[in-house]
Amino acid sequence: MSAVFDRIKDAFAREAPGAAVSHGILVLAVAPADVLAVVARLKEEFGFDLFLDVTAVDWPGEPLRFEVVWHFYSTRDFVRVRVKTRVPEADPTVDSLVPLYGAARFMERECHDMYGIVFRGNADLRPILLYEGFVGHPLRKDYPKGREQPLVPYREDPR
Amino acid sequence: MNAPIANPVRPAFDRTLREDTVIVSIGPSHPATHGTIQIFTELDGERVVRADVHCGYLHRGFEKECEDHTWHNLIPYVDRLNYCSALVNDFAYCDAVERLMGIEITPRCRYLRTLLSEYSRVADHLTCVAASLMELGAMTAFLYLVMLRDWIYEHLADLTGARVTYTYGRIGGLARDLPEGWLARLHEILAKYEEFVARVHGLMDRNRIFIERTRDVGVISAADAINWGYTGPILRSTGVARDLRRDTPYLAYAELDFEVPVGIKGDNYDRYYVRMREMDESVHMIRQLVEMLPDGPVSVDDRRCTLPDKRLVYTEIESLINHFKLVTDGPQVPAGEIYVAHESPNGELGFYLVSTGGGTPWKVHVRAPSFVHMGGAHLMLEGYQLADLIPTFGSINMIGGECDR
Repeated sequence: MSAVFDRIKDAFAREAPGAAVSHGILVLAVAPADVLAVVARLKEEFGFDLFLDVTAVDWPGEPLRFEVVWHFYSTRDFVRVRVKTRVPEADPTVDSLVPLYGAARFMERECHDMYGIVFRGNADLRPILLYEGFVGHPLRKDYPKGREQPLVPYREDPR
Repeated sequence: MNAPIANPVRPAFDRTLREDTVIVSIGPSHPATHGTIQIFTELDGERVVRADVHCGYLHRGFEKECEDHTWHNLIPYVDRLNYCSALVNDFAYCDAVERLMGIEITPRCRYLRTLLSEYSRVADHLTCVAASLMELGAMTAFLYLVMLRDWIYEHLADLTGARVTYTYGRIGGLARDLPEGWLARLHEILAKYEEFVARVHGLMDRNRIFIERTRDVGVISAADAINWGYTGPILRSTGVARDLRRDTPYLAYAELDFEVPVGIKGDNYDRYYVRMREMDESVHMIRQLVEMLPDGPVSVDDRRCTLPDKRLVYTEIESLINHFKLVTDGPQVPAGEIYVAHESPNGELGFYLVSTGGGTPWKVHVRAPSFVHMGGAHLMLEGYQLADLIPTFGSINMIGGECDR
């Protein structure tokens, strides 16, 4: 396990200088512009073929408010890697991983719903767990739990 | 109030590719959509040309709600993710919190959690196989399997007090130890399992109608399955022997003898057969675990997470304060983040937790296999008959609670 991690740490010494293992997972903190290139290399060179998850963490008050977090798994070496990046509230944009993994399509839609992260290159960011007309991004910390949303009216009986 | 919304769902396509095809919306209120899924299909006669799968009808803000509860108080919500095997959710969540706190559970708890995870897997697979067989008209097989499942549910109700949503896991242990006679009844049910599953094999495996409806239907290749994030029985049905219990052993799986059954083609028949074989392996594991089960406490003796004995709470000031702090403030989890995955009956069930230190989580995110599987479901639907849509969808075993959260 550690041999694979050491090779990855060496390979990404420039993009992710502070890479460290946390609870059995190698954590790579990279700049938003590097995400696509780093993940492409993780997939091609290190065999991280399974896209597990993408989500975000909201840190209100910080200049780079959103932390976008990806998890990948290697079905060859049985290890996981976590890639993280920070984006500001004014422009919460990261590159989409849809060109690399089909599974990114749905999970990026969910992350867009919940946090308003924009995935550049994912053409289909329609609401998935929420619905058309939902106002706001509910997992942001400043979204109040009790807020009321516009209702979907009953259909008129056509008869 | 805001203005009303005209249409809550926007399909990926609202006009047909050709003049002689038609767009049909299936669900969300359809008996075979397991409650809450909508599929927009473009049909050429009865053949599905395109499919657009919509989930979210059962979204209830699970992750938002978790941020407002103590680490302990959200366990009942975790139960309601995959409600066919709620114990697996409990144990995966508790495992993640325990690792963040640096707690090692007791040996008895470790074996019991493994045993109950496998028992839940049997119940979950029974539900899935029974439902998909019934959707093909196999009523007898359905009744055999659901009867078995109900014995398991009642047996688990003896243990936990609830039939479906058990809330049996605790951070640092379990709610209570096994009641008297529970293991004896377990052996009876496992014997019944063998009898009834053998009958189902006899009814289905070489049944001409069943084979015609399931062989080469809903095929997904191994490369596609990995690209679209599939794990669990669906990935194994394509011939990829990936199983977290074997590859990254947790709980007591490293000490057990079991096989990882795989399919050949990744079609509906393989998914049926992989699940049937996995249940056999689970039963084999349960029998080993009963032999291995050590005596001792089921919860760790750690005042950071385990409630003190009720008798002491009433007689001793330290225990009273301890109880009060654990209930009102919640267990204090050190700051940090963790991702822990268990092999749930549907695939990789991952919990990503972020703590800033304190009694409530900063973030609880669930990597739900059902949700990921819906993302690639169109691959298994397009090109097949409309009538195959229901059995294929059944074989994916989408669980609304887990998919929509």
